[in-house]
This record gives sequence, structure tokens and C-alpha cells, in this order.
Amino acid sequence: MDNGQECTSGLSSTACDVGAVPAEEIAAICQTFGNDKHRMLDILRAVQDRYHCISPSTMDSVAAETGLTRIQVEGVASFYSFLSLTPKGRVTIRLCDDIVDRYAGLAEVVAVFEEVLGIRMGETSADRAFSLEYTPCIGMCDQAPAAMINDVVLTRLTVDTARAAAEALKAGRTPDHLISERYAELTPHERATRMVDNNIRHAGEVLLGPVPEDAGLDKAAAMMPSLIIAAIEESGLRGCGGAGFTTGHKWRFAAAERAEKRFILCNADEGEPGTFKDRVLLTERPHLLIEGMTIAARAVGANEGILYLRGEYVYLRELLEQVLEDRRRRGLLGKGIHGIRNFDFDVRLQLGAGAYICGEEGALISSCEGLPGEPKTRPPFPVNRGYLGHPTVVNNVETFCHAARILDRGATWFHAMGTEGSHGTKLFSICGDCLNPGIYELPYGHTVREILEMAGGQDAAAVQVGGPSGTMIARDSFHRKLTFDDLATGGAIIVFNGERNILEIVEYYMSFFVHESCGYCTPCRVGNVFLQKAIGKFRKGLANPEDIDYLKELSGTIIETSRCGLGMTSPNPILSTLQNFPLVYSAVTKPNKDRIRDTFDIQSAIDGARKIAKRRSYIFDRDFTQ
Amino acid sequence: MSDLPKARIATASLAGCFGCHMAILDIDERLIDLMQLVDVDRSPLTDKKRFTTRCDIGIIEGGCCNEENVHVLHDFRRNCDVLIALGQCAIMGGLPAMRNAIMHSDAPLRECLEEAYITGKYIRNTTHNVPNDPALPLLLDEVYPCSEVVEIDYQIPGCAPGGDIIFDTLSKLLTGKFRGFEREMIKFD
Amino acid sequence: MSGTKKETGFTFTIDGVEITAYAGETIMEAADEAGVYIPRLCDHEGLRHQGSCRVCTVKAGGRSVAACTQPAAPGQAVENESPHLTKMRRDLVEMLFHEGNHLCPICEASGNCELQAMAYRLDMTETTRFPYLEPCRALDASHPDIALDTNRCISCGRCIRASEDVDGKGVFGYVGRGIHRRVAVNGENLADTDAQVTDHAISSEVCPVGCIIRKRVGFVTPIGEREFDKGLIGHEIEARRK
Repeated sequence: MDNGQECTSGLSSTACDVGAVPAEEIAAICQTFGNDKHRMLDILRAVQDRYHCISPSTMDSVAAETGLTRIQVEGVASFYSFLSLTPKGRVTIRLCDDIVDRYAGLAEVVAVFEEVLGIRMGETSADRAFSLEYTPCIGMCDQAPAAMINDVVLTRLTVDTARAAAEALKAGRTPDHLISERYAELTPHERATRMVDNNIRHAGEVLLGPVPEDAGLDKAAAMMPSLIIAAIEESGLRGCGGAGFTTGHKWRFAAAERAEKRFILCNADEGEPGTFKDRVLLTERPHLLIEGMTIAARAVGANEGILYLRGEYVYLRELLEQVLEDRRRRGLLGKGIHGIRNFDFDVRLQLGAGAYICGEEGALISSCEGLPGEPKTRPPFPVNRGYLGHPTVVNNVETFCHAARILDRGATWFHAMGTEGSHGTKLFSICGDCLNPGIYELPYGHTVREILEMAGGQDAAAVQVGGPSGTMIARDSFHRKLTFDDLATGGAIIVFNGERNILEIVEYYMSFFVHESCGYCTPCRVGNVFLQKAIGKFRKGLANPEDIDYLKELSGTIIETSRCGLGMTSPNPILSTLQNFPLVYSAVTKPNKDRIRDTFDIQSAIDGARKIAKRRSYIFDRDFTQ
Repeated sequence: MSDLPKARIATASLAGCFGCHMAILDIDERLIDLMQLVDVDRSPLTDKKRFTTRCDIGIIEGGCCNEENVHVLHDFRRNCDVLIALGQCAIMGGLPAMRNAIMHSDAPLRECLEEAYITGKYIRNTTHNVPNDPALPLLLDEVYPCSEVVEIDYQIPGCAPGGDIIFDTLSKLLTGKFRGFEREMIKFD
Repeated sequence: MSGTKKETGFTFTIDGVEITAYAGETIMEAADEAGVYIPRLCDHEGLRHQGSCRVCTVKAGGRSVAACTQPAAPGQAVENESPHLTKMRRDLVEMLFHEGNHLCPICEASGNCELQAMAYRLDMTETTRFPYLEPCRALDASHPDIALDTNRCISCGRCIRASEDVDGKGVFGYVGRGIHRRVAVNGENLADTDAQVTDHAISSEVCPVGCIIRKRVGFVTPIGEREFDKGLIGHEIEARRK
């Protein structure tokens, strides 16, 4: 897909100016967000939603209102996948092209949309009614193939349901109506669950079992903040987003920093392909999440919080807004929470706009600040100087939920679950070639084999643990345990049976990283493109045995010199399959004959000239007239 | 010294300007020393069009822009133990490869040829045809560095490489003493 | 300032050489003062550190870090010129060559180009294994005094920082993401901006390659007298070493 070869004019010839938007309308949108440059993502999302394009004149207007330069606005507008400098349709259909969706019949679904709407993927219809696009994992791998139709999600698409949806849209029905005729009458929770199944297959003791309302906050409110931190530290809770940093330490560092203001940020940007656990918590345990954030605020002395929701989960926006409003009404957010003087805390929802990198905490902070989602230079660390320079705690959705439960039931209760170093339970999102894809809340320490049995994935030949940035293991490693010390995962477990082509999966994952690299640092921006091209050579059977060393060396450079976690893990699909599935690579390599490269294909290289000259090659083609 | 069998060298100029061959002459009087060590087989310098025997070293100037370049390069790879890419065109395509970056239309080669021979602003071509004599080799879709077509053992950078680096590298290779270039000698221009 | 500096000074080592640093200094700042050269492209004297090219990657305490942004730490052993680091730096420089269209023979920056000079210093002379991306990029000659040949841009962002922080203008900025991320100008083209040929951002020292071109002054220095004809990149810093 992206190989840097497409024609970038460098100038603005690609930009749209179809029906320039009056500057007053843009000014009104900026006004909604206080003309605050830090709300740039909200402003541009609003512009995109209303006008389906961010034109140069619009960027000029936004820049003028927010006190920025146009190039700064363009920097943000051109960074996020869901924002567009060229005109898009009133309805944008984004089909999730994750590998799991591909194996679930994506191609047939794509064909139906293309046929009914009369446009190809990547195109916008001439009347600007529809745009068709691919998008990376939207967190619906347990009900693939899935698609976003503007803010609405369709799952388990088949040729028939896709046709029905496409025809309804073509007939002028709104995306809402695809979900229900009575969409307007449904509650936000009903709307969310109509669109997306929770697929909770195993509810554990901590998060998905019965959870009393705000019991943790009640207790925390009566505690000294330092004791709250102590309890979290004693529980052994570690970050559930993938990196596994000790949560209590993070809180302690932020609390220890001398500062006027501190911030609590919730990372609900789960973009790792195959991960969809936070989706279920956001749907079923939103109060527990805000409770956890409020406890964290109490612990570190923060008055403001941001819930950063990935753009793909926009269908949960109104549900979460309603929860926040409800809590404000009940005195659980706002001034004097629980009647405690100075316990002031409120949360705003920040929507992302299609950028996996924003799951990296520095990039998430950048995005909240209205900047392109680029990671920040460390040090300083977010707990010292994060959001707008203030000490900031960034935790995953699941981590905050756990924290609330720990305050309710006690550190010892939590610590007793799981294994040494990996305490408590974890939500695993299991998908791919298994009978029961969905969410499993289990204590740490189960083996992969046990989990496969639970999920009906006994036919597995390969399991991707932790998504593409994790590890792909083969049958001989199914005895390994899901813990921080053995197989760490933010939750994703993707099952592949013996029919699947490992190199195809690896190539997809590399194209994912190429698409999602922010481009800030050289190794990740360029190196991943090279890795993707190299895997392409293997797929075509054009690789030499030396290319295996090349993959390893290039991967090593990328891992060691990249600036953030994306580049430090992006070669993992290659390295872990080279290690665990070496035959997949060696079987397709062949040495050069006479030291002449097979990768160079003379026939395709001269084909264009042959057609122009209307004659054969006198060197490389046989003379059939003889 | 004179008892040792002389090494056999071959050279070819592919898609280049022949400047690198001129640069070989920049070795100046040291050519006499070099000739003590080598015999030149197939080469524009000897005007030998074919290999008379297998050679120890093949020196390639220029990248591959047409089928004949590929054919010659294959021939060199098959007939030489060590292959050296001499100069930037052989190493990375050089100036001819500029067309690669501007050719992203649907029919890039046709467009390129038409601009060169028919539609270009300053063209005076009364035939209004793109030359198509059977003797003209077919152009490749893009210009390839030699290392994309065959394995290359050594590269001598420069446009053109200086006489010093050519002499130094060749004499060290011939005596088995080559351990990389002196940094001060490396030039890409 | 210098008085307080002395009190907070501490030492660490780079490749075994003892270096004195002061609180808040980066590894590279301390190394520069001591006359130890750490290769770099996106970093430039007088501009904010960015840490994006990664050519200054060193090993500090066993971890790979960018020397331009990493604070020096007391007693730390920093590795700079190991074969392993040189190899990785060469990979990075080669990536930059292959990402754009860098034709040294026709580039007026040749001989004064930091990318090219870095390739010389890092011995980038072996057959490449990286593919050439050959992007199709624009030439912006709209401005009466300045031209931009973005084929040669290595996204170091030095012009962005120089324009924002030194000139107080904001002529340049990054747009796009991933392999499509690039430096662009604040307007339709360069003539549409308030760029002037006298801007620091436009000066020959800021653009390390031949992307920002001052019209009518090309190829002024004869071959043999250009900056890196005189010595390897970094030799001026290394000359400071006592």
C-alpha cells in the first residue's frame, strides 16, 4: 500500500475548495471550543463532520481564529486518517481491513459495496454522497467483517447484509436507520449494544462480575491520598495497555512532582489489531472507569481529566457523555465530590481521529493538546511534565477499572489473584480461528493452550499474542503462560489455523505499521517501508537466503534506534515468525543462479517498450517467425 | 613480479556518459604500473567486443536503462570472478535514473519518449516519430543500479571517480590488500 | 551562570574518555564542548533539539538513546564509536538517501552537504540492500530569491525550527504522516509565505542538504575548497579536543 512512491505534489494541488465554507461558519465552530488551539482536533473533527473536507481556505480561517499559522493547522489536519484535505462523501464507509476481517470474507463484502455504490475502494462518488475506504482494525475482530458508516458500526457483514445496507444507503436512508427503525428512541446503551455485541465469554471476579456502584470511590474519599497510592502499589497492579508499568509508582511520581495542576488521562485508544477489551469496559463498565479516574485524581491531586476515545469508537461517545453528565448531576464529578472540600475533578471526552500511534502515551498527550499525534521526547516523562507541561498520569481503561475495584476490595484481595509479578485478572480479547471469539476475564497465569480450549481454538497452528507488536507463537509454545514475564499482552490473542499463510499475515502487519508510523524518526518512517518491501519479495518467491539476515539486521536497526514503542516493536511480526516459523521463510528462498538476481524481471522491465516499439526483443524474446 | 600471471580485466560502459572510462585514464603514468599487473580483455579500451577468456575482474560503468545493458551485465557477471561497479551510475543509477522519479503516470515510458521526441517545447523532429530502428535496444521501464540486476562485489564511488581512488582500489584488489577506502578518498561527485 | 555551572559539574565517559557535564546538559552538548564528535543531522547549533534523525544514537547505560536529547548522567558510560553503532548510523543515513532522490553529481550542495559528508564519515560504500523509494516530489521555484527542491529534503526540520524560533515566522512545517510526512510551506507555495532570502532558515548553514536553494548563487565554491573537501564532518568539533 504505502511505499512512498505516490506522487506528492508538495504544493496544494490536491486540496479541495469545492464550495468554499464561509469564514463565519468556521469561526462559529472554533468559538464552540473557545478558539483554543489545544482543541484543534475537536475543531477539525467538527469541520470534517459538517463539510466532509478541510480545505485550504478553511485552514486559513481556523488558523486565524486560534492564533496559529496555516501550516500548523495543516500539520494536524493531514496527520489523522479521519480528517481529509480532499472532499469526502456525506457518508463515508470505512471497511475494516484487518487480517481477521480478510479471513472472515472482507473481499466479498467490499465487492458488494463497490457494486451497489458504483465506486471503487478509495473513491468518492461524483455526487459526493459516498466515500469508500479501508481502515485498520476498528476493534471488532470478534464480529468481523465490520465497517464504520460515519459514526455507526456494522458488524458480522455478509454479502447479503452488506447489500441490504448499501442499498438502503443508496436509497437515502441514514446510517442510523441501518441499526434500527426506532433509533431515535433507543438509549445510548441500547444503540451501542444493537451495533456491537459485547461477547463476554467469561466474566471474572474483578471487572465483569457483579460490581457495586462507586464502592471504591466511597472508600477512597475517606482515605489520605498517600494511602490510596500505597494500596495501588501493594495490589501489584500493572498497566493493562501492554507496557505493564507499575500503576502505583506512576501515581506516586505524579503526586510527588511540585505543580499547580495535575492531569489524569485515560487511554481509550486501543488500536492494537485484535484488541477490543476496552470497548466492552467502555460499554458495560463506564461508571467504574470514571470512578477509577476520580480515585486517581484524588490520589495525585488532579482536578482535570481527559478520556481519550479512539475515533473508531465514536459510536460510544453519547453513552460516555451521558455517564459523565449523570455523574456530574450526582455530585460524583465536579466541585466538592462526596462533599469533600477541594476534591474537585471533572473529565472531558477527547475523540481521536484514526491514528494508532495515539495509543502511545506521549502521542496521546500531543493529540489531546491539539497537535499531530507524535510521541514526545523522554525525559521528561508525562508524570513529570505531560499534558501542557503539567504532571500527568496516563492509564489504560482497564487499569483505572482495576484501581477502583482494588480500593473497594483491598490490595490483598487483588494481589492474591494471578501469579508473582502479574497480579489480578486480565481481559483477553480472543479472535480469529476459534469457535467463541470474545472477551475472557481470567487471572494471569493461564497457558495459551488453556485459553485456546476455552475459546474453542484447538485447531490453532499459530497464535499472535499481544497483537502485531507482540509475539507470534507456534504449537510448541502453547504451554507458555500469559503473564508479564512470559507472554505479555495488552489483551489481544489472535488465533490462526493451519490454513493461514504466515507470510501473508506478516505482510499485512507490516503494512499496518507503515500506515501507522507517525514518521517523526527515520528508522520507523523509512525502515518499516523497507521491511514491508522485503516481505513482499518473500511472498513473491524472489528472496535469497541472505535476505533472512537482511530482515534481521534491518529489524535490529529499527528496534534499536526508533524513538518510541511503535518502532521498537514494529519488526516483531517478522522477528517472532523468523524465530518460531523459520521454515516459512527458508522454504521460499532460493540462491541467485550465476550470481544473477532473480528479483530483476527482464520481461516485465521491457514490456512497456515492446508495446511502444511494436516489436519483440531481439535479445530476450524468441523469434517465432523462424 | 613479472613471473606472476597477469590478472585479466574487462570493462564495459552501460547507461553512463563514458566519463568513468575517461577517469580510468586519469590514473596517468601509473597506468604503466597497472599494466604490469593486468591484461585488458573485453573493453572499449581494447575494442574487443567479446570475452576471449574468463576474467578476474569486470569493471562496469553505468546502470541499466535498456535491454542491451542487462544483456552485457549478465555476460560480465557470468565471465568475471569479481565485478566492480565504477561510479555513481553503476552504483545507484545516477543521472539516467532521474527519470525513475518523474515517471509515475499510467504510461510513463510512452510519455517520456513522446516528450523527448515529439511534444517537448524545444524539439525539432520533422518526422514526428519516436525513433524505432530495430538496432535500437528496448528501453527498460526504469533505470536500474547494477546491483539490482546482478550481484556486485565492490563499488568505487564518484562522478566520475578520481584517478587516485581507481588506481588505489584496483592495485589493492589485485594484490589482495583491499580493506575498504580511505575516508578522505570517498566522493559521490 | 558560569559560576553556578562549576558547582553542578559532574563527569561521565564517552568511549572511555572522561567528559565534564553540567546539570541539564545533553550528552551531545557535553561531548561537543569536550571535542568528542557524535554524528548528527537533525540537530544544529542554536536550534531546539528534535531527536528525529536518530543518527546520534549512542549507548548510555546499555540503552540506545539519542545523544541530542538525552541528559548526561553522572558516572554514566556512553558508547559512541563502536562498529555496531556505526553500522546502525550508516543504515539510517542510507535510509535517508533512499527515501528521497539524492543525486550528488548534479546537486549544488555536493561537497557542502551534511548528508553526503555523513555517508563519507560512516563509510557508506558497500552495495546497498535497501530499495530506492524514488518518490515524485515537487520543485517550488515560485519565490523570486529562493527555490525548494524537496527531492533532497531529509525531513530534519532544521528550517522549521530556525524559522519559528530564530526568525519568528513559521514559514515551514511538517505535514502528513509516516512515509508521507514531509516539510511543507505555510501557504500555497513559497512565494505565498513571508520567507525572505535573509532569513536564518534560508541560510546555507540551516539546510543540511540541497533542498533550500538561494537563487543566483549556486556552485559558488570551487571543488576542493568546499566545506567537506577540507575534512570529515565533525573535524571542527574534534579539533577542540585537548
